[in-house]
Amino acid sequence: MDKAAIIGVGMTKIEANKERDTFADMAWEAVNKALADAGMTIDDIDNVITTSSDFWDGRTISCMAVADASGAADKNTSCVEGDGTYGAFYGYARALSGSYKTTLVTGHSKGSQCVSSLITNSAFDPIYERGLGMDMVTACAMQANAYMDRTGLKPEDMAPVSIKNHGNALKNPLAQLPMKLTLDDVMKSEMIADPLRKLDCSPVSDGCCAVIIAHESVAAKFKQQPVWIKGLSFCTDHFFFGDRDLARSNSLVEAAKNAYGMAGIKDPKKEIDVVELYDAFTYQELLWLEEMGLAEYGKAAGLLKAGHFNMDGPLPVNPSGGLLAGHPVIAAGLYRIAEVVLQLRGDAGAHQVKKAKTGLAHGVNGLCGQSHCVWILDKER
Amino acid sequence: MADVFKGVEPIIYNSKISVPYSWWAGDTASRFFISLRDDRKIIAPRCGTCKKVFMPPRKTCPECFTENTEWIDVSSEGTVVSYSVARRPLEAIPADKKIPVIWGLIKLDGADTALLHYLGDVKPEEVRIGMRVKAVFADSRTGTIRDISHFKPVK
Repeated sequence: MDKAAIIGVGMTKIEANKERDTFADMAWEAVNKALADAGMTIDDIDNVITTSSDFWDGRTISCMAVADASGAADKNTSCVEGDGTYGAFYGYARALSGSYKTTLVTGHSKGSQCVSSLITNSAFDPIYERGLGMDMVTACAMQANAYMDRTGLKPEDMAPVSIKNHGNALKNPLAQLPMKLTLDDVMKSEMIADPLRKLDCSPVSDGCCAVIIAHESVAAKFKQQPVWIKGLSFCTDHFFFGDRDLARSNSLVEAAKNAYGMAGIKDPKKEIDVVELYDAFTYQELLWLEEMGLAEYGKAAGLLKAGHFNMDGPLPVNPSGGLLAGHPVIAAGLYRIAEVVLQLRGDAGAHQVKKAKTGLAHGVNGLCGQSHCVWILDKER
Repeated sequence: MADVFKGVEPIIYNSKISVPYSWWAGDTASRFFISLRDDRKIIAPRCGTCKKVFMPPRKTCPECFTENTEWIDVSSEGTVVSYSVARRPLEAIPADKKIPVIWGLIKLDGADTALLHYLGDVKPEEVRIGMRVKAVFADSRTGTIRDISHFKPVK
């Protein structure tokens, strides 16, 4: 099979209200940062994939509104509705098709411009569920309750995720919510949906991320060190919560297994050096780590407490601060990819981890992690 | 160039997306809703191959990828599989519901998958996974999921 690499990344700062930028303005910034990072001009890009969601953007065919600012004029442009990791998956598939050499992938969203609970309520089945009024936060609270019941964990076991990730964000200039927190701060923050308190939840955010994926034949042609895509998979669970085992995430188990297999990884606990995952809520970091085989089920909280996932621990998780420190929906998974790329290149600055040869980036689509996309990236080809 | 934002409020274009949209319930959901409305009975389709009983009702079995052909009566009693409590008012919550609003995933006796609905006549602190609940039907029923008002604890 042919190979492909990521040869450039660009991220806007994640902010609560990007009042100075339209969607296109954010795309312009992220795309130009990615081109500069790669040492390319827009003429070096042969196709563009934008990732967006019409409901979040408040318009139909939202992807086309950012195409001009992404330099897509006269190029082959396509779009993906969902998390940015899925847009990048399409970009990777295009690289392997043999028809494209350099693919620019963007993902953007602005939570600040809408009522997010109405948007996420619209993800529920309109005939049976939507009218009951649930949103993403209350749905994930249901998953958190199922997870706590199964594992015996308590809210105070999940709170350290918030302390760690907001703390990591202190070293990431692009993060929205760098904060030095105590357990008391998290446990006394406002109850949003039992057991999730305000500091268990990721914020509403604006941001755009761009990555450039190159076919192996041109990966070394530009100035940037390529980061190789070694394994990649996404899997999807049932739509209705009541069909799933909500305390687990079977689709993530499968996606991770496939990605490890493709990358030739036999013992992910030993072979993965850094993880950027989709921690929209504190419990998710623990559950996702466990379902990816990076901790035993129900045991990630103990490892976390022992410092295992700290920036200087054996397996740093979300050194950027993750989603808890900034959650531009849709772009969030693409930010995870870009962050792992920076880590593997040694370009992460103040939040650089020590040893980083192989990294894992993870994105989620759907309510309560219905679908997961797992990327294994490597410094070496 | 001078900062356009200096000393002024950012300019916003305010709008509201309000597009009427009617979803056809289809024959499967309609049969279920008519049964709730007219008979106060909860019915569910069963897969002819794996025999799984699906709640909420749908036409096909996701495991066998075959059409569900039989309908059976399921109990109006079941077990709470998980739950959630909204402490903040959410824009999506219907106007007649007051916070805290409690939702439950309820596995009805006789069904293999769980239904999302409200839990009521119970305090949030008293809700437990594994607790037994029973459907309370709405007095006025119009053929929607809210023909069941909520599920309450079985005493």
